[in-house]
Amino acid sequence: MGERTVELEVLRYNPETDSEPRFQRYSVVCREEWVVLDALNYIKETIDPTLSYRWSCHMAVCGSCGMMVNGEPKLSCKAFLRNYEGVIRVEPLAHFPIERDLVTVIDDFVDKLKRVKPYLIPKQEKPVSEGEYRQSPAELKRFKQYTMCINCMLCYAACPEYGLIPKFIGPAAISLAHRYNQDSRDGGRAERQEEIATTEGVWECSFTGACSEVCPEHVDPAAALQQVKIRSTVDWYTDHLMPWLKK
Amino acid sequence: MSRRPYVREEGLRWIFRHPRYLRYMTREFSCLFIGAWTLMMVWGLKQLAEGPAAWSAFLEFLKSPASVVFHVVALAFAAYHSYTWFNLTPQALPLQIGEEFVPGAAIAGAHFAVWAVLTGVILYLAGAF
Repeated sequence: MGERTVELEVLRYNPETDSEPRFQRYSVVCREEWVVLDALNYIKETIDPTLSYRWSCHMAVCGSCGMMVNGEPKLSCKAFLRNYEGVIRVEPLAHFPIERDLVTVIDDFVDKLKRVKPYLIPKQEKPVSEGEYRQSPAELKRFKQYTMCINCMLCYAACPEYGLIPKFIGPAAISLAHRYNQDSRDGGRAERQEEIATTEGVWECSFTGACSEVCPEHVDPAAALQQVKIRSTVDWYTDHLMPWLKK
Repeated sequence: MSRRPYVREEGLRWIFRHPRYLRYMTREFSCLFIGAWTLMMVWGLKQLAEGPAAWSAFLEFLKSPASVVFHVVALAFAAYHSYTWFNLTPQALPLQIGEEFVPGAAIAGAHFAVWAVLTGVILYLAGAF
């Protein structure tokens, strides 16, 4: 396949010398099958070794290379250059502080992820000698799509609520809480509800749906959040109107 | 190496970043017309309680050109509001039968069908046909 020259405008920020970020333009001779990440690697290797960005697997599995490409959250390893016309603008993920160039500070997301306890909390602990916790294919399918999340944070960059109200726990963390709540082997829902059935949790979501549109793994975080809202509402009515139904 | 993370202020730029945000704001904005129409109905009830003269003045107001224009616009926004929300029902109310999930089109379609039937019933009760 042929080669062509692509212009990239990359947001640069050096905390040691810059008071604010600025765009820097690069011309990259690229091949037909290149993605934005290939162009960044080319820049770093041949034009400007000071450019900083995160990446690892180059195959949409690790979730490290999320960036804004022409204003849209993308995994740069999945954003083919041939799908863009004119100058391609590459910026760090929106709504996260910029550490340096395209590298963002993700501590906020990691803290929120910990808070929602995204791991199995068995209903009843049992020794290994008693065997595995069994699950039917139907029970697995109930939550399987949410296991595909790679924590790439594109959904946070797409979510206007998170941009305006950073306390919002956000799409990926709540979806992962929902994933475990939906798991037939799990008994930790009450603990997670303390975090997610709150104003900062699902009730900050106004169902823009952008999270689901940008998800590179086709997870549907917006669906998870609405389902948590419905179940939390049922909880509230059960607690207040029919307390005798509560276990 | 010193850390000095830079926070970018977003403001209202996000609304124009992608058409989906404009569509979302239109959906949210449409509820204002539904709210205004509901307030008008509350006002009508008050006029009804105040007696025949107040009630017929309210009915005359409803026939005014401004009121007709408002009703056409409010109906359009109400239809858009309902259409957008019914299309989102498969995400909020998934239905799993055995291993398979019921297709989203069936869940949204059921909502549209109930909407059509109820609209017909209300129009019938109102004497439209």
